[in-house]
Amino acid sequence: MSRNLLQKGIAIAVVVVASIYGVIGLPTSMSGLRQNMADRLRLGLDLQGGTHLVLQVMVNDAINAEADQTIERLRTTLQTREISFGSITRIDATDIYAEGGVEVQGIPLVPVDQRSAFQEAIDETELGWTYQRGEPGSYRLRLRPLALAEIRQQTLNQSVETIRNRVDSLGVSEPTIQERGQGEFEILVQLPGVDDPARVKEIMQTTALLEIKRVQAGPYSSRQQALQAHNGVLPVGTELIESVERPEAGEPLVANQWYLVSRVPAITGRELRNARPGRDENNRPEVDFTLSADGARRFGEFTEQNIGNMLAVVLDGKIQSVATIQSRITDSGRITGRFSQQWANNLSLMLRAGALPASMQYLEERTVGPSLGADSIRAGVLASAIGLAAVFIFMPIYYRLAGINAIIALLLNMLILMAALGYVGATLTLPGIAGIILTIGMAVDANVLVFERIREELHAGKTAVSAVEAGFSKAVLTIVDSNVTTVIAAFFLFLFGTGPVKGFAVTLTIGLAANMFTAVFVSRFMFDYLLSRQPRQAAISI
Amino acid sequence: MELFQSLSIDWLKKKWYFVGFSVLLSTAGMISLLAKGGPQYGLDFRGGTLVHIKFREAPQLDRIRQVLGDHGLGNSTLQQFGPAANHEILIGLDLTGANQTDLEAGQRTIVQALGMEFGGGELPNWNEAAAGTLANHLAAAGVAAEAAQPIAERLVSFRDAPPHNGLIASFEDLRSVEGVTPQVLQTFQAEFSLPGFAVRSAEFVGPKVGAALRRQALMATLLGLASMLVYIAFRFEWVYGVASVLALLHDVVIALGLLSIANLELSLTVIAAILTLIGYSVNDKIVVFDRVRENVRLMRRDNFTNITNLSINQTLSRTILTGGMVLVGTLSIFLFGGDVLRGFGFVLFVGILVGTYSSIGVAAPLVASWQEFAQRDRRGGAPVRAAREQAKAKREKVKVGAKA
Repeated sequence: MSRNLLQKGIAIAVVVVASIYGVIGLPTSMSGLRQNMADRLRLGLDLQGGTHLVLQVMVNDAINAEADQTIERLRTTLQTREISFGSITRIDATDIYAEGGVEVQGIPLVPVDQRSAFQEAIDETELGWTYQRGEPGSYRLRLRPLALAEIRQQTLNQSVETIRNRVDSLGVSEPTIQERGQGEFEILVQLPGVDDPARVKEIMQTTALLEIKRVQAGPYSSRQQALQAHNGVLPVGTELIESVERPEAGEPLVANQWYLVSRVPAITGRELRNARPGRDENNRPEVDFTLSADGARRFGEFTEQNIGNMLAVVLDGKIQSVATIQSRITDSGRITGRFSQQWANNLSLMLRAGALPASMQYLEERTVGPSLGADSIRAGVLASAIGLAAVFIFMPIYYRLAGINAIIALLLNMLILMAALGYVGATLTLPGIAGIILTIGMAVDANVLVFERIREELHAGKTAVSAVEAGFSKAVLTIVDSNVTTVIAAFFLFLFGTGPVKGFAVTLTIGLAANMFTAVFVSRFMFDYLLSRQPRQAAISI
Repeated sequence: MELFQSLSIDWLKKKWYFVGFSVLLSTAGMISLLAKGGPQYGLDFRGGTLVHIKFREAPQLDRIRQVLGDHGLGNSTLQQFGPAANHEILIGLDLTGANQTDLEAGQRTIVQALGMEFGGGELPNWNEAAAGTLANHLAAAGVAAEAAQPIAERLVSFRDAPPHNGLIASFEDLRSVEGVTPQVLQTFQAEFSLPGFAVRSAEFVGPKVGAALRRQALMATLLGLASMLVYIAFRFEWVYGVASVLALLHDVVIALGLLSIANLELSLTVIAAILTLIGYSVNDKIVVFDRVRENVRLMRRDNFTNITNLSINQTLSRTILTGGMVLVGTLSIFLFGGDVLRGFGFVLFVGILVGTYSSIGVAAPLVASWQEFAQRDRRGGAPVRAAREQAKAKREKVKVGAKA
């Protein structure tokens, strides 16, 4: 064997060994072998079953919350600086792209010195905001672009984190939770092997914002009644909240009641240290929680000052339970309400994982059951086997020994493809299997182009060696061209496609790249090797 | 073995037959598309809710419709899926019939309604449980943790293989599975339900996503076509690029038309098939064009029609062999690749036939006609050329005379 040939042989051997290692690793037993293969070749959700979700974070919730806080602060600032003002209201951010803002109505004919004092107050205290003057004495505050972008991004990041915490505590193995797209505030969640998507969805979507607030007055039977009791104007710093409290055993079910509670909570879910499901004295499900050291201190102060008053446990803007404060409570409490054991379990899980900073909407949900996935694998394997069998039968019949050459190149192509999928961490999807079948077709195309060319050269009277030489050199350019065009098509699929279709694009691209190596380099090597062992004028089997 | 040796078919002479055939095929597809009001979009593109359910007994559509109607889902669509013997149906909710919240909750309502009717309950459906879930329940029932996973996997493959095909009728059926004890059966009995159906898959696609995917699919196809034009124009000449893209458009139109005639849905995977078809079809044209370019260099004196005919004939054996081989692959995807890949396999199968044909019947004649036209134009056609030659000869004579 010539030195050149030997070098090529070594290069091929290295690729083969690396590929075999890529597929099976270093197994010590049969079960180890199976385990290694399963670890390296990750199956997509459409093959192994599971749930794929796309959520949109309603970042405007966070912007509105920011505006609310600003309003509270601004009020205090203006009061301490003795600047007179009319009303401060929020401009609602109604969709995810909305900017929101705060509207300050002044008293018309505000003295000029007050006006500059007002502007100073904003400049000094509300750094994230800019203002525009509107009607005399009124201002419109808008978030600065940087502050706006930061709030949105933070909300998105925090949502991803919270969902990750929640999914982790559900015990799903290898979940994918990540931002998706750009500027759409979308989160992609993929949960392989999950067969109960309804529960997962509920757990992910619930905001789970826990607040404990002081009850100022109530209950009222309706919102109107509550408003009438206060002559249509609520006291400053209070709000009306509906209760979904359940009646005591034996009491008739009444319509939901309303309470007037303080706007600012005594403590929130952030101050929780732990939460777990439990049962109350009547053996009904409840959630017990303990507070962090800081939360416990504040809760202790709050309850001490309010002995005899009532407090409300508010979850996502609905009162779950109302209780009278009997004594100072420091570090633990409980939430009772109208819920099942399952809900108590879910709620304690969500409280442990933390509240979501904004509400969410599902844009897309796809669940594949385990048996459909298994069927798809069977179908895909059958279709590939038939495609391969057709090649294995046809090529040796039509091209004799060169056909065997093509089969070896094809098998190597499949091996490299499988190994590469493992190395780059790509997942194999059902369209991906279709990509493998197409790769088989394209690989055969490259062989056919070369072999036909060699035959032509032989017909033209060339010797075996020069016919092989000419056949490869003339066909290579065509092979490159045809592979490149298919890769271009696959590139756009990858760019615009979603999950399974992306899998197809990846598989096809890797397959074609491997094809350039096997059908051109390896196949040529095999021809050259055979020819080098024969007398110069010998014919080749093609 | 060699099948196609030294052919001398005059392909370009038949170009008007090709034109007729192409027009006929694309018109038929267009008529079907127009009659059906555009392509039948799959769930990805139209948005909505779709639940794929397999029943143990043959499903009675009327009864199911009744049950759904009782739960306020009267506007859902029911459709048999696959062969009748599979007992599978698709239940769908359209975007027009419901708002976002209803659609999202729709999957759950559908499954709950069916559960009440067909013997399900609050407990999870055993036939929908994945191996991991079963293993957890087994472990909770006192099966050793390392034994639980293999037993769960055996149970799942027992359930999914014939004769059960994904639905067991009673937990007693599981007795024959290795490692299953009466205690295991008791656990299943207590913690799972066994309704007469199982959800194979459930999908919800919101209106925003549907619209975005439609836009993306169109972008991918158009950019794919445009980049082919650029690539071929760069590798050959712009005429070749234009001819190829016209041929590709022809392929795509015919594939979409036939998809509509075959009553198959345009889904994301079908778009993948269309892009693949574009890639394959261009590939096929490049093989012919490469040969044309090579032959133009070898046969400078011959006219373009002859060169093109020769090139097609020389590459014909490759065209048919490769086409045939890929066709077998796509046919096996179409026939055996399962329902998910049915439309994909169909478009590829049709596409490879049409793509191969359009190299010979559309792209090559376009390039040949243009080249003939351009040459005639530059030299003014045969009669003009003859007159010009004469005039030139006369001038030469005059020059020679003047010198003399």
